[in-house]
Amino acid sequence: MISTPQTVETQLLEVNLGPQHPSTHGVFRMQVTLDGETIVKLKPVMGYLHRNHEQIGEGITYVASFPFTDRLDYFCAMSNNLGLALAIEQLGGIQVSERGEYLRVIMAELTRVLNHTAVTGFLLNDMGAFGTPLLYAFREREKILDLFEAASGSRMMCNYIRPGGVREDVPEGWLARARQLVDGYPQFLDEFETLLTKNEILRQRTQGVGVLSKALAINASVTGPLLRASGVDYDLRKVDGYSFYPRFKFRVPLGTVGDVYDRYYVRILEIRESLAILQQALKDIPGGPAISPKGLALVKAPRTFRPPKGEAYGRIEAPKGELGFYLVSDGTPQPYRYHIRAPSFVNLTILEDLCLGHKVADVIVILGSIDIVMGEVDR
Amino acid sequence: MLPPLETLKSELEARVPGLTLTVEGTTLVIPREKLLDVCRWLKDAEPLACDYLADLTAVDYPPDPAGGAGRLDVVYHLYSMSKKHGPVTLKVPLPRANPVVASVTPIWRGAEFQEREAYDLFGVRFEGHPDLRRILLWDEFEGHPMRKDYVVEDQNVLG
Repeated sequence: MISTPQTVETQLLEVNLGPQHPSTHGVFRMQVTLDGETIVKLKPVMGYLHRNHEQIGEGITYVASFPFTDRLDYFCAMSNNLGLALAIEQLGGIQVSERGEYLRVIMAELTRVLNHTAVTGFLLNDMGAFGTPLLYAFREREKILDLFEAASGSRMMCNYIRPGGVREDVPEGWLARARQLVDGYPQFLDEFETLLTKNEILRQRTQGVGVLSKALAINASVTGPLLRASGVDYDLRKVDGYSFYPRFKFRVPLGTVGDVYDRYYVRILEIRESLAILQQALKDIPGGPAISPKGLALVKAPRTFRPPKGEAYGRIEAPKGELGFYLVSDGTPQPYRYHIRAPSFVNLTILEDLCLGHKVADVIVILGSIDIVMGEVDR
Repeated sequence: MLPPLETLKSELEARVPGLTLTVEGTTLVIPREKLLDVCRWLKDAEPLACDYLADLTAVDYPPDPAGGAGRLDVVYHLYSMSKKHGPVTLKVPLPRANPVVASVTPIWRGAEFQEREAYDLFGVRFEGHPDLRRILLWDEFEGHPMRKDYVVEDQNVLG
């Protein structure tokens, strides 16, 4: 044992984590100041994927923005579509067809299942369990992507949900396939959990790491599973009751400590609740048109849609948190102002607070537990 | 439940000395000197408890050919997580030539990045912000591209 003299001099070291690094989840950079292995300062640097999406949206019709929203959070294209559709419906007073609304709930919840599964896989990757858990997660994700492809023609860039309903009805036999997937999913989840939830290594790496207090979470506008893992009961599906969510029975899982482990476990529980919603929605879905007449007219002739002067803020509970679309109309076919409140962007505000005092290896895990997608952060 | 907008308006005018509000659609338009007082009251007043700043952005209205002066609005969407109600929408009109407004980051940390974004893309300067730098564009970038009169160099060239 070598004893360290009390007067040893240390120097702070500045390191860039990213932007080209697999664990930064895209082109994201963290300017980190280290004291040995300990973080004393961390500044997020973003914008590498910035394409001024909002300005593009102000130059085209309302409906033409849908394919662009797919590229925001490219894991959850369906949720992004839904958010924009809600804002446009609010602005133009468009009713949604009954079947269309059901299909939207089904797509949004499948997206949540997909996102939370994949994120858990990525989180394990960040912890050093290379490959295996991620591939398990991706195997299941692939099945959902197959469903998306059958419905919309595209695996990830779905461009499917429209104001008033969905672009086109699902093909024959799709609902039966979806039911099959939903019925089989808990089995995979149980297997996944056997490997992870009580895993000693996972617990040691995540429990007590990156604790987010309830007060800071609320004050810093944190939303989504991150907020609920800190014990705040705020789920827009319950609070706003948009779409048909009030019709379904589901619970909102809450964490107690607010550490990385709670975030992991809240996501697993949320998958189970989403599956419960899917069971009910797939059972109750009625026949009829997949899009309302007014919505169909809008989709067929986007330039004729001139919402009255005014503004709307439509928000949904996307898998990553509150996704909001702020639209200002001046009575022309293009929005005068088109703003996106991206959940990952706002959730990054507290990254430094979570990381201070932790080691470099923990930063990677904490970032993984926040769940960011740069397409949405940079817009 | 939130009180109706007119009730909220008269309540606010009674609580914040020297404040006159106008209602524009569903939003409350606030003079910029009074923004912090209004925000503090909205956050602290028991029946409102707007503890959650959901969204902060700006809207640019350039001067029109008819002679209108133009303005730059900063828009705030407030909700309450404890009472589960909202939104209270606030608007602060600023002169386009000198858009300076007090930062609400000391009240809601959630404004930190969103104010940096509004500074970056619109050029709104938030006084009292702890770290007001560009966030999406690089530091050497000139101009604020979300302003309506921003001239794009060449539409046909990518990158």
